[in-house]
Amino acid sequence: MCVLCGVLLNDHWAEQEGGRRGRVFRGRLLNRVLAVYGLRLDDWSGRVWVLRDRKGRAAVVDNLGAVWVEAERLAGRPLDPLDPELVAALS
Amino acid sequence: MKTRVALLTGSLGSGKTTLLSRLLAHPEMGETAVIVNELGEVAIDHHLLRRVDERTVVLGNGCVCCTLRGGLADELRDLLSRRDRGEIPAFGRVVVETTGLADPAPILYTLLSDPVVRHHFELERVITTVDAQHGLRGEESLKQAAVADRLVVTKSDLASPAAVAAELRRVNPGADLLEAVLGDLSPDELFGGAERDPRDLVFDDAHAHEGDVRALCLTLDQPVDWTAFGIWLTMLLQARGTDVLRVKGLLDVGADGPLLINGVQHVVHPPEHLPSWPDDDRRSRIVFIGRGFSREELERSLAAFNRSAVRP
Repeated sequence: MCVLCGVLLNDHWAEQEGGRRGRVFRGRLLNRVLAVYGLRLDDWSGRVWVLRDRKGRAAVVDNLGAVWVEAERLAGRPLDPLDPELVAALS
Repeated sequence: MKTRVALLTGSLGSGKTTLLSRLLAHPEMGETAVIVNELGEVAIDHHLLRRVDERTVVLGNGCVCCTLRGGLADELRDLLSRRDRGEIPAFGRVVVETTGLADPAPILYTLLSDPVVRHHFELERVITTVDAQHGLRGEESLKQAAVADRLVVTKSDLASPAAVAAELRRVNPGADLLEAVLGDLSPDELFGGAERDPRDLVFDDAHAHEGDVRALCLTLDQPVDWTAFGIWLTMLLQARGTDVLRVKGLLDVGADGPLLINGVQHVVHPPEHLPSWPDDDRRSRIVFIGRGFSREELERSLAAFNRSAVRP
């Protein structure tokens, strides 16, 4: 149930504000994190995201919760925000 | 106006039904619809409640959480339509009594996700009973305690509640702790009163062991970028969701009032903008209940995400 929780909600709790500009900003911040794992996120028509790795594999995701599920799958390892290496990279 | 839903949870034999039976006998409870889950203690619960309240609805599909969610949503919708048709009294509150094995998160998820249910119902309070003799028993018991707004220590006439109370304060210092002998509490004690300010809470984990569930509070001096916070928390819940049992707090996102966040495991309520702060202290305060992380780790990580939002 865990992974699906965000997906099944009509609007993901973290994406309800900011409109179009907010979505662009969200994409930019997400890419700063995802870049640490060799991943890149592109907006597709303002409705879904396309997540890609450097090998050309891609996944379509429709909300923030799903981004992390697919990012873990593509990266082949857990993506932990408390990981000191990620924290250092963002700092 | 939405109908209030109270969730009553707690381990098998911890006194949920006794508490509910006594509660429903109070005239101040008004018209209350009760939904119980039928498994294990079930049959007994059902008969007990039937004597108290004819509006009891029994879910017939066991306790598997995913199944329960559908059943719960169906029952809530059915109650609503029967009330609208005048077939049952105009109840102002629903009490959902879970099985002792229930993980509360899917039940909260049901209230938030089903379109009809979320339009007509709102979660009022989570009440968790804990038996003074046996304390917290296993993972589900911990989850039930972590999500509680009111913790009721039962059977304090049979065993000293001191040890259980200390454990509960460590796990969930934000919940009011009450004692009940044979379910003797008034509706006002359970449903009245305001939520506690995180600044008034005491976070005491001096006796906690490695891996124990504990509560901690982040206090942030700088405003939080909401977009960065959303990215950070969704990533944290994906990575550590089974270890983050509860997140609740007020965020300074640079608006006039704070943003209220409230999450249980992976289930996060839609954030709510409050019109104003309770006083001049506008620092963000977030209470985490969980295990496997420290306050310093959370602070460093959130600060790094927050800084990434102000970078050009």
